[in-house]
Amino acid sequence: MKIVVCIKQVPDTKGGVKFNPDGTLDRAAMLTIMNPDDKAGLEAALRLKDQYGAEVTAITMGLPKAEEVLREAMAMGADKGILVTDRVLGGADTWATSQTLAGAIRNLDYDLIITGRQAIDGDTAQVGPQISEHLDIPVISYAQNIKVEGDSVIVERQYDDRYHVVKAQMPCLITALAELNEPRYMTPGGIFDAYDAEITVWGRANLIDVEDSNLGLKGSPTQIAKASDKVRKGAGEKVTLDPTESVDYIMDKLVTRHVI
Amino acid sequence: MDFMLDKKHEMARQLFKEFAEKEAKPLAQEVDETEQFPAETVAKMKKAGFLGIPVPKEYGGQGCDPLTYAMCVEELSKVCATTGVIVSAHTSLCCDPIMTFGTEEQKQKYLVPLAKGEKLGAFGLTEPGAGTDAQGQQTKAVLDGDEWVVNGSKCFITNGKEADVYVIFAVTGTVEKRGKKMKEISAFIVEKGTSGFTFGTKEKKMGIRGSSTYELIFTDCRIPKENLLGKQGQGFKIAMHTLDGGRIGIASQALGIAEGALERTIEYVKERKQFGRAIGAFQNTQFQLADMATKVEAAKLLVYKAAMAKATQKTYSVEAAMAKLYAAEVAMEVTTKAVQLHGGYGYTREYEVERMMRDAKITEIYEGTSEVQRMVISANLLK
Repeated sequence: MKIVVCIKQVPDTKGGVKFNPDGTLDRAAMLTIMNPDDKAGLEAALRLKDQYGAEVTAITMGLPKAEEVLREAMAMGADKGILVTDRVLGGADTWATSQTLAGAIRNLDYDLIITGRQAIDGDTAQVGPQISEHLDIPVISYAQNIKVEGDSVIVERQYDDRYHVVKAQMPCLITALAELNEPRYMTPGGIFDAYDAEITVWGRANLIDVEDSNLGLKGSPTQIAKASDKVRKGAGEKVTLDPTESVDYIMDKLVTRHVI
Repeated sequence: MDFMLDKKHEMARQLFKEFAEKEAKPLAQEVDETEQFPAETVAKMKKAGFLGIPVPKEYGGQGCDPLTYAMCVEELSKVCATTGVIVSAHTSLCCDPIMTFGTEEQKQKYLVPLAKGEKLGAFGLTEPGAGTDAQGQQTKAVLDGDEWVVNGSKCFITNGKEADVYVIFAVTGTVEKRGKKMKEISAFIVEKGTSGFTFGTKEKKMGIRGSSTYELIFTDCRIPKENLLGKQGQGFKIAMHTLDGGRIGIASQALGIAEGALERTIEYVKERKQFGRAIGAFQNTQFQLADMATKVEAAKLLVYKAAMAKATQKTYSVEAAMAKLYAAEVAMEVTTKAVQLHGGYGYTREYEVERMMRDAKITEIYEGTSEVQRMVISANLLK
């Protein structure tokens, strides 16, 4: 079985968020991690590898620095890493990103593509399903459990108050939830091997069946009007009152603000 | 000369840090309080490959260098010195001598499962009458047919009851050296469960309280002839070689304890207010922190240098002795100052620096006291 896992290097929410003048994230200036949903997707692929035997290829689109997240994936157990990087791909929204990744994946043999449900920096949950549309394969989103049976996958798809059991024939695409599993740690030896390994680097020229008009900032229908870090709330108002007075005080505030 | 870690060592540190914070830190206080061996954490370290870091891949290890191993012990010890010493004793004191002096059969039988973490290792040199003076050994091994018959006891053995494989030392005869009769010491590999091998009392310790420190007792314990490690009479050499490596592990543990205490103190002095200001705003606090941080950095350079020397040099006794001497004394000094800067709270078990100060003390004692390290260093100067 051949599995392609799409992963993204995202800002570590513990570090500060920095923006470019055009409102997009200044990724080069921020501390980064592997997107949690993607990490769960990678772990799911590695478990299928442990169970059934598979070749796992991790792919990412990003700055040259995004190679780090591929090394991390390989240190966890992925067999190959592919970095898609090119100036013309910068500033991509979900449409341009999915076009790029689909264009890259067309170079590969695959039975299964796994992506995270969504990235913690954009929270759109669009890229995975869009890739499946571009490649014309079925998609099962929000996977909370994945099994392989013959040439099909059986997936528990999370729903608000239940889950659906969905079966799809491979090749297909699955989007994974962080709750799917507890990702394994890298191993020290895996890290050493990952740094000795070659990362495949692809640019615009390697993308198959993608128009220039669908790439990068120019190919992105989403235009960001304004972006900002979350605004810190003030210290608030502190009052010291006895319990009865406190209740009256809070009720008065809630009524004044039309909360109740 | 480059003092920067390369990317793979940086990533390895990130891994050890993440593991330590997530797995070892939440249990550290409980492990200390209850004196429970953190078996759950050890099982997780096995999965993550932490129990065979410097062992070559062909023997089930991770194939990394001594620096990576040192950083693992350092990061674990920042949050839990018990967890740090479990890895150090297993790797430096059991895997390393089998890797260096073992036969191919011994490596396949013992090193492979040790490096994979399927088995845990320990080392038995110290006896009630033989600590720094290894010639004081009383444990004897006599060859009887195809077996060695071992009688005697070992004390203060780290990973004592939890280990599966033990490298132990015993007197196998006498030899003449410069006209003096000396004990001939040999090294052996003993498996848990061997008839005649039992455990004595568990030590109640000041620090590293979860590390399972036991007495090992050998009563007509028969071990196969082929479990002699190295050659007969090579025991002293094997012990000294092993301790050179072990000292780098303990130096890393000491460094980690000092770093952990410094980190906690920096957080605390920013929060704690006296006379209307955070105590970090007072110059005394600032100067204390500056001294602590400078010494920690100096200790780190010595420890990393010793780890690099193990990878590149034939002998590294002096580097290891200097690293252990300095890092252990820095750990004691920094943790003592950390408690002082925490004031009355630092003396309570609610704050981690109290445990760290107790944990630090052992690093000046085991695997060669600070006095022994000074002997090693000065002997090299005056030879």
